[in-house]
Amino acid sequence: MSFVKLSTSVLAVAAMSATTAVARDQVQVAGSSTVLPYASIVAEAFGENFEFPTPVVESGGSSAGLKRFCEGVGENTVDIANASRQIRDREVAACAENGVTDIIEVRIGYDGIVFASQQDGPAFNEFEPSDWYTALAAEIPVDGAIVANPNATWADVNADLPDVDIAAFIPGTKHGTREVFEEKVLLQGCEDTGAMQAMMDMGLDEDAAESACMAVRTDGKSVDIDGDYTETLARIDSNTNGIGVFGLAFYENNTDKLKVATMGGVEPSTETISTGEYPVSRPLFFYVKKAHIGVIPGLKEFAEFFVADEIAGPDGPLAEYGLVADPKLEETQTAVSDETVLGGNS
Amino acid sequence: MTDATSSPMPAITPVSGKGSLMAQDARTRKRNAAEARFKAYGMIAIGIGMLMLLILVFNIITRGVGAFQQTFVTLEVELLEEKLDKNGNRDPADLAKVSTFGYAPLLRDAFEAKVAELGVETDLDGKDMADILSAGARAQMRDFVLANPDQIGNTVSFEFLASGRVDGYLKDRVSRDSIANDKNISVEQLDLVDQLIDGGTVEKRFNLAFITGADSSDARPESAGMGVSMLGSLFMMLVVLVLSLPIGVAASIYLEEFAPKNWITDIIEVNISNLAAVPSIVFGILGLAVFINYMHLPTSAPLVGGLVLTLMTLPTIIISTRASLKAVPPSIRDAALGVGASKMQSVFHHVLPLAAPGILTGTIIGLAQALGETAPLLLIGMVGFIASNAPDSIASGLLDPNSAMPAQIYEWARRSDPAFYERAWGGIIILLMFLITMNTIAVILRRRFERRW
Repeated sequence: MSFVKLSTSVLAVAAMSATTAVARDQVQVAGSSTVLPYASIVAEAFGENFEFPTPVVESGGSSAGLKRFCEGVGENTVDIANASRQIRDREVAACAENGVTDIIEVRIGYDGIVFASQQDGPAFNEFEPSDWYTALAAEIPVDGAIVANPNATWADVNADLPDVDIAAFIPGTKHGTREVFEEKVLLQGCEDTGAMQAMMDMGLDEDAAESACMAVRTDGKSVDIDGDYTETLARIDSNTNGIGVFGLAFYENNTDKLKVATMGGVEPSTETISTGEYPVSRPLFFYVKKAHIGVIPGLKEFAEFFVADEIAGPDGPLAEYGLVADPKLEETQTAVSDETVLGGNS
Repeated sequence: MTDATSSPMPAITPVSGKGSLMAQDARTRKRNAAEARFKAYGMIAIGIGMLMLLILVFNIITRGVGAFQQTFVTLEVELLEEKLDKNGNRDPADLAKVSTFGYAPLLRDAFEAKVAELGVETDLDGKDMADILSAGARAQMRDFVLANPDQIGNTVSFEFLASGRVDGYLKDRVSRDSIANDKNISVEQLDLVDQLIDGGTVEKRFNLAFITGADSSDARPESAGMGVSMLGSLFMMLVVLVLSLPIGVAASIYLEEFAPKNWITDIIEVNISNLAAVPSIVFGILGLAVFINYMHLPTSAPLVGGLVLTLMTLPTIIISTRASLKAVPPSIRDAALGVGASKMQSVFHHVLPLAAPGILTGTIIGLAQALGETAPLLLIGMVGFIASNAPDSIASGLLDPNSAMPAQIYEWARRSDPAFYERAWGGIIILLMFLITMNTIAVILRRRFERRW
């Protein structure tokens, strides 16, 4: 009998506490695993310096984070979504449908995407976007006909590159990094080599040619990594000829195992990325639900703290970890303190 | 028996005519050889199993044991009043206004003073020297000052954690060659560390904070600990125990002792067995859909984790409880009923106490399984930078976001700094300790109290 009593009382306690849970006192953040390290650094410093509890940062990817962000307004939904890409119109519409209308967009800085291989591996030192396009494209135009990519080694692609089999480990399609890789490397390379023009001359329209440029071969020379950079690193570790796509911050934490290649003749570093010389970089964002400001304690303070000079500035802990500081940080700070929402204040 | 004796005994005929018991013939040799081979296969199989276990344990221990040690730097810091309390009135609000960044100059001065005192020669400036320390050092000082405002103006001796890279240097993970391209630490800093070790300022020793502490951000692996996620696991296990034990035991007593045997109970029985084989990630998705999206329980809460794991543990408990109820001989029930006990009295006074050790063993093994489960927790938001605040009450333990031990290990294993990798292995050691303890308790209970008929 005591079992029954015990379990009913527990259920009662659970139900009661579920109703008290409405008074949430910490900021909840979800989204991109690229932004996660930065958000966690800020959350930790925020917890140390303010009376508010340390915000909670969940990972799961930009799209998953924005989806949860758009689920609605209320204490059961996240306050901030991290994203390694800008929010899409479709997502803004989905948000609006669920009543999430006033969204504050905050750009925290830039992230470089680097191409690195094993420290003792072949001399992958210099790449051009065209090398990657020619090596990874599913089909390339040759003499007026589109053929399956015949290149088997990097030397086939570019005689200056080592004569080893192509083994590329690129981010899977669920990563925001993949989009940047496709646009800034594959598409760029496609245009540089004239393949795009050749395909359009063959009668493809521009959209079809672009998607043909960004289609990656599926014969095993290029492997999609759906996990984290640690998985890419493990693949590179076990494959001397492997070359992988990493975030700058990840590379900087693993310089003992990886060596980085230049892209377009520029070495990736926070300096070359902030000046825009290094071609493959993308802005990082977080999105704040304006309706939660004033409801969730510490939300606005956290957003302001995130973009403060001492945190996101060029000498702050985020830059130390590998974030490229935004030269227009001041504008962002004003936007956050004024609570400027997407599409202007209405 | 009578049939057997009635048949005529077969006549004994010599197999080959010249056979002797001492000399084996070809067929006997063949049979014996087959048996010997089979025994050898069995031993090889056990050998492979043992070898795998040894490799696993050896790997875990060699990689993880480093996480229990940490490099500390002892430093005397002068808490300058002009930096910390410009007004000089020790007003807590004024003191709190000085952020952790305001404490950086004090550390620089302290390092410069230490270097001068030890007579160490270095080209580094104070800021580079202070980079040897964990970024958490400033917060440690700030917390101290806020708690002891009367110490402002005095010189206080602190024990700071060294940065992850310096700690790696003392643990041979980082060497002068490996940092050639590393912008977070320089060879000069390592030279300074060498000299500080000689001076007794830097030393590596046991670090309790790894077991008791909270998770930390990616920038300071040196201060990450398992403590808060351990509490998260504890609260989840409480929920699992409190829900699955009564429900599981009640269900199995009814099914075993009271329920009529018909096709409905057969279907229920088959489904319970099937449920035990359902992959745990399925329960995770179910938990996300039902508990979080429909019932609006908070995400990342140990309560939700516990509910999901309860679903997973229930079939295990029901199956083991039914097995131990079945093992109680019917004569016990018959005797109880025979002296006039009701069905319920016979079950609760006689059968259940005899089955209790088996039920407890099953429950503990079910809990151990749930403790190590990661997959469902990924879906209900327990991965990320979550385990940062220790719960201060039972309600907050159940409802505030928290992680769990296996989820924390998963999270550490995917962070970019290799120092977290070591901590992931250290976390595995702690988790295994828990599992071994729980399984040992189960074995002891079974040995001690189980009765055989």
